[in-house]
Amino acid sequence: MSTVPPLTDFVSTKIAPAKKQPVGLIETKNLSLFYGLKQVLQSVCLPIEAGKITAIVGPSGCGKTSLISTLNRLTDLIPDCRISGRVLFEGSDIHAPEVDVIQLRRRIGMIFQNPAPFPFSIKKNICFPLREHGIKDRKEQTERLETVLRDVGLWDEVKDRLTQNALTLSGGQQQRLCIARALALKPQVLLMDEPCAALDPLSSAVVEDLIAALKEHYTIVIVTHNLAQAKRISDATAFFWSQNGMGRLIEQGGTKQVFEAPQNALTAAYISGVRG
Amino acid sequence: MNRLAPAKNEGFAGFVLWSVAAFIVAVFAWLMADILIHGAAQISWDFLSTAPEKAGRRGGILPILVSTLLIMGVCLLAALPIALGTAILLAEFTPEKSAFGRMVRRALDVLAGVPSIVFGLFGNAFFSVYLGLGFSILSGGLTLACMILPLLIRTLEAGLRANPARDRLAAAALGLSYGASLRHILLPGAAPALLAGLLLGGGRAIAETAALVYTSGYVDRMPGSLLDSGRALSVHIFDLSMNVPGGDQNAYASALVLIVLLFIVNVTTAGIVSRWRKTGLAI
Repeated sequence: MSTVPPLTDFVSTKIAPAKKQPVGLIETKNLSLFYGLKQVLQSVCLPIEAGKITAIVGPSGCGKTSLISTLNRLTDLIPDCRISGRVLFEGSDIHAPEVDVIQLRRRIGMIFQNPAPFPFSIKKNICFPLREHGIKDRKEQTERLETVLRDVGLWDEVKDRLTQNALTLSGGQQQRLCIARALALKPQVLLMDEPCAALDPLSSAVVEDLIAALKEHYTIVIVTHNLAQAKRISDATAFFWSQNGMGRLIEQGGTKQVFEAPQNALTAAYISGVRG
Repeated sequence: MNRLAPAKNEGFAGFVLWSVAAFIVAVFAWLMADILIHGAAQISWDFLSTAPEKAGRRGGILPILVSTLLIMGVCLLAALPIALGTAILLAEFTPEKSAFGRMVRRALDVLAGVPSIVFGLFGNAFFSVYLGLGFSILSGGLTLACMILPLLIRTLEAGLRANPARDRLAAAALGLSYGASLRHILLPGAAPALLAGLLLGGGRAIAETAALVYTSGYVDRMPGSLLDSGRALSVHIFDLSMNVPGGDQNAYASALVLIVLLFIVNVTTAGIVSRWRKTGLAI
């Protein structure tokens, strides 16, 4: 992983600098989310610390995916979606009118549950977003291509067929390609929405090891159904629960503390498998 | 054994199904054979490279070929950008159930079913008379563009909508602009639909007679510009077989040329679109 430069290299100046020292790199303040009239998240206050893996766990339908989609403003794409409260990134509100959402998403990458490589070559999957972000230099593109493919352990598997359609790769390879594609843009944060859920156990293990290794250079927020996975790889855990159809943050803290000494009875019941 | 093939003991139902299929193939084969037998003998380099003589009984079809290609060119050049724009507006910026979207779609579906002769009358009144383009290749091409627009727009819209939502999300999550994802992901994804629309629309346009009689006219001289009248192949075939005694042989030969032309258009469009799909549209 020595090929990835330190975090500080990635900090661009497009987003207004922090006014005060934030508690976390990302922080939601009284964040509520509505789809039309239906409220799906209620007053979530969640700090996400830099350089750590934060796992978001909870039963289906408790708003986990909705929550991480607000962190890179992907919810902008959903008609009728409305949020109240604030999301701070390095202390600045990401919904402020001066924020360039394209730059924001470049700095906060996202990986989806189902691998979503574009239906063209492996090489173009990585180089085309680079070009669109103004990196026109072929040499730099090729360097980043090799670097990120090595970072995700895909280089030896695909180096001889970079021009092949990415959809011919296996599910696990596709997911690693998607992670490489996000890494190529040198983000600070990676949001992962159940990145292993659609993979077979072997691929899942490979991707999980990769995520653990990425922690060194990136801040990671991972939504997972798999409690064992959350326990294995995360530093902090946030537990969500659905009450009256609304997702609420029940408990958050260090993973060890949440799993071994949960403060809330619901958390304890969910983690021990009694509820959920 | 192919599990889709009917079993031997299906009896009467199987017999009917096979007969219907055989009948359709037979009609098509008969049509092609008739045109080939009567038309092939007349086809020669001279036929393709000289002007018609004696109202088309003798001579070739060069000016008619040129007019046909010009009319098709005008038609596609006018229709494609409008179709692309409208399809993108409908598929990407209009919620599927909105009143505006429903209204536009309903209007397009009605227009798609309007007989071509009505388009001819409209083209004559609007392009030829009101805009003063007269009987010209431009009038004819634009009239055909109006005629095939509903089909092109609806197939393209369906193609754009068929793009998986995950591709849009993935593109947005990478901070790609809408224009970039449209050019590189959504439009190439809609390429098969574009192909289908072009083939259906182009096929309809190249074989069109009624709409052209009123707009691009009958003149069988070589057109000097897009504002000259020009006779399309289909109009030529119609004229030779209905109005010119002794024109049947050349009508057959022209029909054969029209079919070959249609075939070439199909194959090239398919080639271009499949290439586009593989490499992405590079703009």
